[in-house]
Parts: sequence; structure tokens; C-alpha cells
Amino acid sequence: MRTKTNPLYYILFIAFFAILLPAGYLSGFLSVNTISVWGRYFCFAIAALGIDLIWGYTGILSMCQAFFFCLGSYGIAMHLLLKKTVAAGAVLPDFMAWNKIETLPFFWQPFHSFGWSLVLCLLIPALFAFVVGFVLFRSRIKGVYMAIITQALTLAMWLIFLRNETNLGGTNGLTDFNTILGYNLSSSSVKLGLYMISFAVLCAAYFACYYITHSKFGKVLQAIRDSESRISYAAYKVVDYKLAVFVVAALLAAVGGMLYLPQTGIITPGRMDVKASVEMVMWVALGGRGNLKGAVLGALLVNFLYSICTSLFPDSWLFILGFLFVITVLYFDKGFMGLVESIRQRLANTRFKTPQTTL
Amino acid sequence: MLLNVNNLSVSFGGVHALNLDHFSLRDKELRVIIGPNGAGKSTFLDIICGKTKADKGEITFNGKPILGKTEVKIAEAGIGRKFQKPSVFPGLTVYDNLLLAAKMKKDIFSSLFFKATPALAERIHAVATKLSLTTAMYKMAGDLSHGQKQWLEIAIVVLQDPTLMLIDEPAAGMSDEETEKTGALLLELSKAHSIIVIEHDMKFVEQIANELVTVLVRGKRLMEGTFAEVKNDQRVIDCYLGRTNAQLETL
Repeated sequence: MRTKTNPLYYILFIAFFAILLPAGYLSGFLSVNTISVWGRYFCFAIAALGIDLIWGYTGILSMCQAFFFCLGSYGIAMHLLLKKTVAAGAVLPDFMAWNKIETLPFFWQPFHSFGWSLVLCLLIPALFAFVVGFVLFRSRIKGVYMAIITQALTLAMWLIFLRNETNLGGTNGLTDFNTILGYNLSSSSVKLGLYMISFAVLCAAYFACYYITHSKFGKVLQAIRDSESRISYAAYKVVDYKLAVFVVAALLAAVGGMLYLPQTGIITPGRMDVKASVEMVMWVALGGRGNLKGAVLGALLVNFLYSICTSLFPDSWLFILGFLFVITVLYFDKGFMGLVESIRQRLANTRFKTPQTTL
Repeated sequence: MLLNVNNLSVSFGGVHALNLDHFSLRDKELRVIIGPNGAGKSTFLDIICGKTKADKGEITFNGKPILGKTEVKIAEAGIGRKFQKPSVFPGLTVYDNLLLAAKMKKDIFSSLFFKATPALAERIHAVATKLSLTTAMYKMAGDLSHGQKQWLEIAIVVLQDPTLMLIDEPAAGMSDEETEKTGALLLELSKAHSIIVIEHDMKFVEQIANELVTVLVRGKRLMEGTFAEVKNDQRVIDCYLGRTNAQLETL
């Protein structure tokens, strides 16, 4: 069921995150860490929008979104690390010096420039998605096979990033940055600024996805999910559409990753291990797939719950998440948004029925 | 001839599903194909529309060979297919189902920046009216009844505006009244399109078979003729109608 959303919900959402939280911080009720934590959740929500496009709308379960997220993060991290190294008068980042590397690897070179870093952070995931998607979609790989192959790919990439020989910091990842474009990353105002930028990008990404899903393009995506053969007999080139949405989803994940890095200050291969890539899909499943609001809320709520649960009962988070997932799959397969929708409908029905029965 | 098929053969795991020496269809002809289960009727349509690959043979459509082309290329050449099991988009409204089918540019960017024109909306509504779908226009296609889904799929094929329509068992699961209406619709459509219909319901076949009927048996063409000729042909009675009669007699 698709109902027109009351603009009030959008206004409330924006007012809460763009005005209330910053105001809470400025008046001293909230610590800057709370702000920064929510800023990170927004980055996850941006990636979740991409997952919703490719999985919720098109029905392709891509398990490599965490990898695209990390590509974005690593790109920015490389830039920040090079800036710091150059500022300190060194040629090589510390970890390379420890690994006895003498010259900066060629693929680090372009990351001296911020502009090139941004371009590469987007271009590399997009190209990667294009090549992988081209091969998989042309061979008509679907459903669970698609999930397995993309998961295996993420696992392979995780192993590559773990290696010291890859020159990306190995298990320790990249960390210990101090400035971005000359601004000090540990200053509160920069953190607030990054929070606001992340929120603005999330809103922009949401409305871009809203446009996509409400255009005829979005309807073709849903048609691919519903009946791939029917849509190709109606003369739509399914491979083109799948490729396009896969690249868009990869870009959204990368953008999330790019904004995430300066707010956490560390990126390790752990962000793209099997658990992380499954978790990203779970945000969307719990929030409500095939529903953009569900993806955003799912990413925000699950991560918020994560931060609460890990401080209250540190050992049981995975059990809680697993329990939530099982409940969702068993009882409300449309996730949180589906639950809200069905409650609203039931209320509307009772309100509608009461006068009839009394008459 | 619009469609010419020669020496077409396909086998699944050693079983000859289809071994058709010759089949041809005139422009704007309505042809009915009948035959007992497993005669290769649906397989034949599957091959024409690119779903199944043939082992050998040739098919020309409008003078151009189409065998081995992709589904999209064949659809673009002007062949529309309605499946035996209604295949619609259950998660979209009836209107969106029809909108996606309508003839227009179908690449990514045209779809992304698509704006519905009044002419298109009118055309969709006209087709929907013909198939009694106007009241269900904004219902999810998945919520329609079986008969309505059949009509929706026919409407999808009609909106594609193909030169040749391949219609697989349009009357399956329909009431007598709906069946007759479907027949009348096919007859009307045959004024502007060439149509191949597969059907089991003999009453329905009688209604629409103004021209030739092709009988397929075990992948081979048994005979071709008018409905009266087919009905009175001893071989057809033996291997198809006869068997049903025999079954009826034993009851």
C-alpha cells in the first residue's frame, strides 16, 4: 500500500535533527559526542537508502554495500593521512615506514589532492559496481546466488584489505587524523558542522531516491522485482536497469562512507566483514524494505538501539538483533514501517466500522 | 507472410518437444493452435518470443530472422506475449502495469525523466475500458481476481501495440460470460493485429476460429484447416477430441 505521506512527518523529522539536537548541544544538554554519534548514523542511513533501492525496490540482494561504504571511507582516510604526513614533514605515513616501504605506492599519489580524493571515492566504487554488475547481470545471476557471490566478493576484499602488503594499514586500518581541509577534526564546531553536512546529504539523498522511486524508472525497478520476464517481454533491457541501480546504490554507500570517516576518525577492514555487511541489510529489513522512510528509520533506530544495548548489556547485542530479525521475518515482513502501516489501517478500520455497526 | 517457420525443432533432455516442418501466418490473421497436453504449443510460442532457444530451424518475422535474438529485440520487433499463467506486476497498480507496457522509448534515461502525456493517459484508459479494468485502475495488480489478471495481461500486450500477439490460453479460469467477452475482444483485435491463440476450450475456439486452426500433436503439425474441417477430421478426433469423447463415454 502506498499512502501519501503527511508533510508534517518530514517537518518533524527535519526539525528534530536539524534544530532540536543542535540546539540541545548548544544549550549544553547534549554532549558533542551525542551529536557526532548521530552524524555517523546519518551516514549509515545514506548507505541504507542505496540498499533499499537495490534490494527493497529491485529485489537484488547485494551483500557488498559494506565494501562500497569502506571504499568511500578509505579514500578520505588516505587523503587525511597524507595531509597529516606532509604537514609533519614526512613522506610516508607512519605505518608504511614501520613496514619498511620506501616510496609512496602509486595508488596513494592522487589522494594528495582533496578534489581527486572526492572523485576517486565515487569513481572507484561506481566502476567496481559497474564491472561486477555487468558480469553478474549479463549471466542472469539472480536471487540467492547473487547474495552469495556478492558476499564472497566482500569477504575476498576484506581479506585483501587485511593484508599489510596491500598498503592500506592492514588490520589496524587507517586512523589518527587531525585536520580536514585545514579544520581541526577534534574541535566541537567541526563535529557539529560534519553532523549538519551529513544530515543535509541524507535529506538530499532521500529526495533523490524519492524522485527515482516515484519516476517511471522506479516502477521498472519494482516490475523487475515482481516479474523479470514480463518486463523484458515488454522490451525493457533489464540488465541496463539493474546496472544503473547497482551503481547508484554503490555511490550512496560510498557517500555514506566518505562522510562517516571524518566523524569516527578510524576505518578498519572490520567495517566490511561479513557481520557488517549482513548488518547493513538488516537495517533495511527491520525498517521496512521497499520503503525509503523504512530504510532511513531502520538504520537510525537499529544503530541507536545498538548504542543503548551495548552500554546496558554489552554482551547481548547480537542476540537482541537476531531476535528482532527473527520476529520481523516471522510476523511483520514489511518491517517497522509495515507495522506502523498495518496499525494505522486497523485503527482506520475500527473507526470506519463503528458507525456502521451502531446504525 | 508475416511469420514463417521452417523445420523448427527443440528437445528437452532427448524428448522432442517440438518438430515443426512448416508454419506460416498472414498479416492480420487470427490463428488458433490446439492440441493435447504436451503437444508443444506453449513451447512453440516460447521459441518465437525468445524464452526458449531452438535446436535448429528458422523463423522469419517480417522477412527478418528472429531466432536467437534476445527477448527485448524480439519485443521491439513487434511481438507481444501473454503467458499461460497470468504474469503481471503484483506490486504495482493496474495503471502502472499498463503504463510500463505502453509503447514508448524504454531506455534508462527516458524512464527517469518520463512525464505522462494526456494522449498516453487516454490510450491507457481506452484499453482499460475495453478490458473492464477502469474500476480497478488504482488497485494493486496482485489483488485482482484471476480473470482480471488475465485481462490485465492482455491489456499489457495490447498497449505494447505489437504486430503479432502470442496469446496463451486467454480463457483459462474464466467464467462463460468472461470467456465470450474475451473472444469478442480477440476478434476485434485481429482487425489490427496478427494473433496466435492457444486454447483448450472448444466452445471458445469455435467462437474465434474464423480462419485456420492448426493442430499440434506430440510436437508435430497434424493438420491445418477451418474449425469445421478440424472438428470432423478423423485423426484429430482420434488423438485429441476422440480421446475426450471416449473419456466422457466411460463416465
